[in-house]
Amino acid sequence: MTTDGMNTGDMNTGGMNTGAILRVERLRVGFDHPLGVVQAVDDVSFTLLANERLGLAGESGSGKSTMALAILRMIKPPGRIQGGAVYLDRTELSSLDQEAIRRVRLAGIALVPQGSMNSLNPVMRIRAQIADALADHRVVLSKAELATRVADLLRRVGLRAEVADLYPHELSGGMKQRACIAIAICLSPQVIIADEPTSALDVVVQRQVMETLARVQRDLGAAVILVGHDMGLMAQFVDRLGVMYAGRLVEIAPIGEIITRPRHPYTQMLISSLPSLEARGTMHGIPGLAPLLRDLPPGCAFHPRCPRADARCRTEKPAVRDLAPGQQVACHHA
Amino acid sequence: MTTLMEIRHVTKRYGGGRLSGEGMTALSNLSMTIDADRPSITAVVGESGSGKTTLARILLGLTPPTEGEVLYRGQDLTSLSGEQRRNFRREVQAVFQDPYEVYNPFYRVDHVLNTPVNRFKLAASRAEGRELIANSLRAVGLRPEEILGRFPHQLSGGQRQRIMVARAVLMRPRLIVADEPVSMVDASLRATILGSLRKLTDEMGISIIYITHDLATAYQVSDNILVMYRACVAEAGAVERVVKDPRHPYTRLLISSIPKVSTTRDWLADEGDETIRPIPGRDGCRFVERCPVAMARCATAIPPLYRTEDHRATACFQFDTSPELAAAEMGQVLVGATAS
Repeated sequence: MTTDGMNTGDMNTGGMNTGAILRVERLRVGFDHPLGVVQAVDDVSFTLLANERLGLAGESGSGKSTMALAILRMIKPPGRIQGGAVYLDRTELSSLDQEAIRRVRLAGIALVPQGSMNSLNPVMRIRAQIADALADHRVVLSKAELATRVADLLRRVGLRAEVADLYPHELSGGMKQRACIAIAICLSPQVIIADEPTSALDVVVQRQVMETLARVQRDLGAAVILVGHDMGLMAQFVDRLGVMYAGRLVEIAPIGEIITRPRHPYTQMLISSLPSLEARGTMHGIPGLAPLLRDLPPGCAFHPRCPRADARCRTEKPAVRDLAPGQQVACHHA
Repeated sequence: MTTLMEIRHVTKRYGGGRLSGEGMTALSNLSMTIDADRPSITAVVGESGSGKTTLARILLGLTPPTEGEVLYRGQDLTSLSGEQRRNFRREVQAVFQDPYEVYNPFYRVDHVLNTPVNRFKLAASRAEGRELIANSLRAVGLRPEEILGRFPHQLSGGQRQRIMVARAVLMRPRLIVADEPVSMVDASLRATILGSLRKLTDEMGISIIYITHDLATAYQVSDNILVMYRACVAEAGAVERVVKDPRHPYTRLLISSIPKVSTTRDWLADEGDETIRPIPGRDGCRFVERCPVAMARCATAIPPLYRTEDHRATACFQFDTSPELAAAEMGQVLVGATAS
């Protein structure tokens, strides 16, 4: 991995690369709490291939956003990364010093955080906010070069060049989210992590923003991790889907496989909790509540809500098993 | 048929006046009727800024309309007597979006349930009050022993939102106006909460206005639907008709934009970008510049609602051979709860 991140002229780097771009190995994140450690990410491993779109789904509190932050080593106290490794290409990120990891953020892995469209600075024009990101990564440009660079970034996310001169309040929600994507891609990252990028948008705009993200990803030859809970969006956008429950990755499989033959009972229930437009009365909630992370049930954390739970599930934590290349499940019955 | 609530030709404008020009129209010439005898769930669906919440506030009497009338049991809301107003406040209840900010964190959740019991003298004794509260919690699928005595932070968002529904039920209302009641609740819990709303209509005869941006949950839970676009009703009618066979170009766009859980991946197209769209003046159809079938007259005149079928009305000039829908007829287009 090049940590300089400044060769942004070539947009097609990595486009032909098909190996693993990001490897997460046995990642564990805990939050210290007076009543015990809250295990937000519990021994999660997965591989992201170049050009791949990977989804991470789960209920709130399942650890998906924490994992996105942990990949970038952005966990703040009382949270801490307890173990595991993250490799970007061949670089192990925990071996980097503060300055090197800071340069990996945005240049290597760009994060579009949850609610980022509302975190644009209200008193800065879009141009200045993009320039900020570049300057922070020591990209020194003349005024004319900056104007060209900004116009090009905006064009790539489907915005007109004039948007650079506008303030965030002058933009619609969809335009703000695109501006955030423009900032995210300004250093041509190899991986884009988008955390619920469209949860505040209307469906019509959501589709346009996801089309933009797909196009930008293709142009860059980047891989995408999409964090969210909308199984419809996952079904239409990602190549492979990981499902998280109580901090663990309980199933990961190619998207077609997971929606036609979900192996984990939780995945099955997550899919059937989505309201359909085909037939009324087909929407089923998942009974019970997500468990408290600092007080997980013994055995499989899902067993109190699981229709297939038996004595073994109540005592023995199911290991993650390989079913096929790129497909894993953690369930005694799958 | 007796009418519980009716709004006629209601328009709401914010701002405006002599100095600041035209202002912003949040709701334009909307009429609808809620039948007292046929309880039903009517979904109001639209994107942000389409006027959904303004409609909710007008129905709840929290905002007066700029033009038009809001009638409760035949009487204008502005001219209710003290006793009638009290009745209106009891019979028409609200459930809002955020199940976090409605609670005072210093009080146990019992507080939001005890207050209306005392204020509206719903119970003759404390024991009766407790019984009443326990029953309404059970009506929304909660176990009173797991809820009462707890503080808000000890409960999940889904539980808190169901307590808000229970609070509304406590008043034995005729109508609940629920503004995005499940948008802040996890997808896996939405079905349960919406299921308990459905039970209120089917078993207790409470009508519900379900305001949402989510067409799919609207389809699952409601009998009728009003699709709003920029302050106007685009299409209204029986939900099964509107969703399965949408007629208005906006309803079609909305339905095709929902990503489906399917192995057919046809959702992402790479078409041109729709970016900045000017908001049209008041003299044309508001959907005109996005509309694939727009005609010349769409830019110059606002299409009225045409009654294309018994239980459907569509505001689009494509259907101008159908009769125009009079304000008082909206009640006939909307259907009562279908026995399921």
